[in-house]
Amino acid sequence: MTAVAQTSAARPAEPYLEDIVKKFTVASVFWALVGLFVGVYIAFQLAFPVLNLDLPWTTFGRLRPLHTSAVIFAFGGNVLIGTSFFVVQRTCRASLFGGEPLARFVFWGYQLFIVMAAIGYLTGVTQSKEYAEPEWFVDIWLTIVWVAYLAVFLGTILKREEPHIYVANWFYLAFIVTIALLHVGNNLAVPVSFFGAKSYSAYTGVQDAMTQWWYGHNAVGFFLTAGFLAIMYYFVPKRAERPVYSYRLSIVHFWALIFIYIWAGPHHLHYTALPDWAQTLGMVFSIMLWMPSWGGMINGIMTLSGAWDKLRTDPVLRFLVTAVAFYGMSTFEGPLMSIRAVNSLSHYTDWTIGHVHAGALGWVAMISFGALYHLVPVLWKRAGLYSMRLVSYHFWIATVGIVLYITAMWISGIMQGLMWRAYDEWGFLQYSFIETVEAMHPYYVVRALGGTLFLIGGFVMAYNMYRTVKGDVRVEKPFETAPQSAPAE
Amino acid sequence: MKLIHAKAEKNLLVLFLAVFITVSIGGIVEVLPLFTIESTIEKVKGMRPYTPLELTGRNIYVREGCYLCHSQMIRPFRDETERYGHYSLAAESMYDRPFQWGSKRTGPDLARVGGKYSNDWHVRHLINPRAVVPESVMPGYPHLATTPLKVDDIADHLKTLKFLGDPYSDEMIASARADIADQATPDADVDGLLKRYPKAAVGDFDGHPDRLTEMDAVIAYLQVLGRMVDFTQFDPGQADR
Repeated sequence: MTAVAQTSAARPAEPYLEDIVKKFTVASVFWALVGLFVGVYIAFQLAFPVLNLDLPWTTFGRLRPLHTSAVIFAFGGNVLIGTSFFVVQRTCRASLFGGEPLARFVFWGYQLFIVMAAIGYLTGVTQSKEYAEPEWFVDIWLTIVWVAYLAVFLGTILKREEPHIYVANWFYLAFIVTIALLHVGNNLAVPVSFFGAKSYSAYTGVQDAMTQWWYGHNAVGFFLTAGFLAIMYYFVPKRAERPVYSYRLSIVHFWALIFIYIWAGPHHLHYTALPDWAQTLGMVFSIMLWMPSWGGMINGIMTLSGAWDKLRTDPVLRFLVTAVAFYGMSTFEGPLMSIRAVNSLSHYTDWTIGHVHAGALGWVAMISFGALYHLVPVLWKRAGLYSMRLVSYHFWIATVGIVLYITAMWISGIMQGLMWRAYDEWGFLQYSFIETVEAMHPYYVVRALGGTLFLIGGFVMAYNMYRTVKGDVRVEKPFETAPQSAPAE
Repeated sequence: MKLIHAKAEKNLLVLFLAVFITVSIGGIVEVLPLFTIESTIEKVKGMRPYTPLELTGRNIYVREGCYLCHSQMIRPFRDETERYGHYSLAAESMYDRPFQWGSKRTGPDLARVGGKYSNDWHVRHLINPRAVVPESVMPGYPHLATTPLKVDDIADHLKTLKFLGDPYSDEMIASARADIADQATPDADVDGLLKRYPKAAVGDFDGHPDRLTEMDAVIAYLQVLGRMVDFTQFDPGQADR
């Protein structure tokens, strides 16, 4: 596949709409900082509960959805929509369908969705379904915005001047279509009053649980995976200046991934009152999911064949490739945790939180940072970033932050799981629940510090981008562009 | 394979439909049958819809995101049943909109917390958890004790739930306003209430018999958790799924 390399050269009659991508880029960085900050704050709340402040709108229960929605839907969503608008135009050699007005509606409509959801969480307007917390009126608004987004995306592909629909666009399409399906299916509810926020779910108990995790796991599968794989398929080859490693592999792993992911939801409900047949299906498909996941990872990483030296000289590419490596790591861990025997230990513990963050920080955030670092100079027509050294510092600060985070959560999660099931020599439960809470404290502190490092990295990025947009170039020693092969004099 | 796939790569409609069908199959096979297979929810004795006071308490539990740290789903392991009680049945959340099984236990499971602690303990614990459990990391909810309970639209809540299929009778809806007050008032005439909602805990919950607060509602909800099903008449063999 050399489509990526070719398309940027020949431009269509209508110019690409790039102002809208700039807006999404700025929003992405802004929401990343907000979401990461709230995450750090609630991490410290778990270590030092006094930080809940005894106020209704600052408790962990209200801030935690603010954190998850801000990082997933605000940061991740803006990255996905923004990059998809950038990529679909270039790979189709067509400007956005609907032009500036429709694209602007998607942008401002989506920001309004985020703000409405966030205000709801703080004031206690929530459905309390994980990752689907916004109430019915916010859900309806998001549906409208999402249909507009789908129209822009499909319309642009229809206008294309390239015969082929590039692989990144398959992934974006699967992401947009499936999220629409999941969002509508999981949020069916009846409001108590047309003028009130409160609604009741159309489903109860066990059916509600299964519908929720059909949604919840595929918010991971399609929002946080398929969408970001689309980013991988455009930005990794672009940055490495190499074609995608295997075209055949991209076909196989695309269809396998989107078929199998949908089935994996019940692994969130192992040993619950969900019927065993559904749990077993969920486990089997979760384990199978390992293969297409690694298909994507191999395709991403092997794209660097012949360009490995760039990892040393281009910290932006380092972000992108490390992200794919974290993707491989967390998509191995996920199937492992979906095995019922393992899940009996890991479920309800911090191991799950650590797993999610290996994916969210290591994969989603890092590939986003790589894409954003690539986009900013392109969009604002600068020769390069303000500072590559700062990108490298950001990379190492963030990586150390992730390692602290996930190792702390592995230890606390496995430890707490083992403490819950520990028996003493007389056959009594060895630990009271609160003893297991107490034992978590040091790991909660380490986790919060890891998160703080990741947040600091985010600020380094924001500063670097701000100076880039301003047009500044930092005086610094450049990374070597070729291996030193000259003999000593 | 390349030839078959060439079609999808060049025709947006083919690609769109292929994606839509591919992602629909899992849900159709895995989710929809749960609505039709009768054995999904065990036949048990004792399950009833929530009283108006328990329901408002549950809505506060939902509003505050308690499920983010407290599960309501006891798994069938020796350590869990010894720590929390009988493993949870699907039937026990059959009136839960939304379900609150949770996925994280930063605090203990609450599926059977009903009756384990006194009302007075709950009041103190919710106002300041560290007053009764020094090592707790739970937020304090002092405002629950001072916020008057909103009751004026309770009949609309019951009507909505009835519309969705929960067995609230016209009588229950008509008496909802009275029931909500009676359940939290000491020495009120609760014969009708207890006939409509057997085994409901009645009396003052928040320590202030003259006030109806959010604290009353939350504790009424917590005290009924896990107490509805009569396990002396439960046969796990019958419920085998």
